Amino acid sequence: MDERREALEAGSRWKRWLVAGPPTAFLLAFFLVPAIIVVVASFREPGEFGGLVPLAAGAAAFSAEAYRFVLGDIVYAEIFAASFAVAAVTTVACVALAYPLAWLIARSPRRRRDLLVLLVILPFASNFLVRIYAWIMLLGPANLLYTPFAVIAGMVYVHLPFMVLPLYTNLEKHDPALLEAAQDLGAGAWTRFWRVTFPLSLPGIWSGSALVFIPVLGMFAVPELLGGTGDVLIGNLIKEQFLDNRDWPLGSALSIGLTLAVLALAGLAAALSRRGLKGTGAVS
Amino acid sequence: MRRRAQWLLWGASLAVYAFLYVPLAVVVIFSFNDSLLNAEWVGFTLSWYRKLLADEEMLAAAGNSLAIAMLSSALATVLGAMAGIAMQRWRLPWLPLLVLTPVAMPEILLGVSLLLFFRQVLDLTLGFFSILAAHVTFSIGFVAVIVRARLAGMDEGLFEAARDLGATPWMTFRRVTFPLILPALVAGFLMSFTLSIDDFVITFFVAGVGVSTLPLQIYSMIKVAVTPEVNAVSTLLMALTLTMVLAATRLAPDILRRGR
Repeated sequence: MDERREALEAGSRWKRWLVAGPPTAFLLAFFLVPAIIVVVASFREPGEFGGLVPLAAGAAAFSAEAYRFVLGDIVYAEIFAASFAVAAVTTVACVALAYPLAWLIARSPRRRRDLLVLLVILPFASNFLVRIYAWIMLLGPANLLYTPFAVIAGMVYVHLPFMVLPLYTNLEKHDPALLEAAQDLGAGAWTRFWRVTFPLSLPGIWSGSALVFIPVLGMFAVPELLGGTGDVLIGNLIKEQFLDNRDWPLGSALSIGLTLAVLALAGLAAALSRRGLKGTGAVS
Repeated sequence: MRRRAQWLLWGASLAVYAFLYVPLAVVVIFSFNDSLLNAEWVGFTLSWYRKLLADEEMLAAAGNSLAIAMLSSALATVLGAMAGIAMQRWRLPWLPLLVLTPVAMPEILLGVSLLLFFRQVLDLTLGFFSILAAHVTFSIGFVAVIVRARLAGMDEGLFEAARDLGATPWMTFRRVTFPLILPALVAGFLMSFTLSIDDFVITFFVAGVGVSTLPLQIYSMIKVAVTPEVNAVSTLLMALTLTMVLAATRLAPDILRRGR
């Protein structure tokens, strides 16, 4: 009996690698290794004509110059701060726009919900650049193009569905009995919203915020196409180092900075929505 | 009181739906406008589409986009299905991390890391292969999630029954698992196809100079000027991806109920 069990387990281990192996190998090669290379490249010396100083140069190929440069110049801190500000404004605007929509969908009859959700996703199926281009067309004649407003409008437009969907999934699970109880206890519509619905929806808001805030931080196309010369975010800085100035160590160091920011934010969002879960009981 | 709140909710929601649709409608409408200036409606024409079909560069880019989308989504469907099955069946802790991180992080990070990898480590000339590999990398996660969702809704007993009846693992896969996950595979394929044909950011970093795709072509056009030709190519691309997404949501309705 034991022998058979062992044979079965050995067989399943072999099978496991047969199934999990190929995608694992592919992603190790094209995701993990490149990610490690960014870390290594951030500690290298830039080559004279782009790229990096060859490893053959020995110790001269390595330095922490890129980090010293980023930390030594206040401009970089300012651009990181500006990116966080744009991401924050975008996220708040997304919450404001997504809330009525998510609420409407959650309170619609079941068979209408899928259609209403689909209507949120469909514009999202059009190309990212087409959606930016639409705002070039709209804002150009209004003389609003190449302004911070255009950047925010574009960012919100591109990311709105990421807020609507988690918020809707959350609101859908709310027990209507809670609102009825609040009403029976004499709470008005406004109070019912701020004291019952809104606190219960916080986990949805946190996970939506992670899905909006994080991609906005790394975006370069929206500020480049809709913003003015002053609207430079982390993404533009990274793109510039890799494709225009060809200072790859500096670009890598900035990418590491962005990665750290993203990891911190993702951790924060996860912690917040978990705490929301505990604090409010059953609803997720 | 209740009624007024209801009206307010509908009004606000309609405004947001308008915010989502009006900009795209403007793009589509002006692709049929008989004027070089995208400013006011002059009259109906198909000349921008005709001009598009005569644009050699654009046609070459469309060809590249289609070829890359076909190949990358075929590969991503196979690898993603394997990952999805493995994630559902064996709960390996590192696999979801490896599969889902490329999807969750800002695209620019994947773009620059692949650029460094291809140029600095493999010393590869950027082009068709680098774009293909990059697209497979970000599509695997989407397929895996769709396949896992499909398997999660299924009775484990089915697979046990097949085993008890003496089916080999391969036979169980071919006769039980595969038919059951087929809709998820088709949906995953369509999803990857759409992602690939639409991708701009990652492709932008790994494309090099020789090979262009539709989004890269659109980018270089809108950087220079706003012309109705861009509206025309945008409209066609929109029609294509719209069809794909509708087909995918038909086949795997649970996509609608997950974040993305």
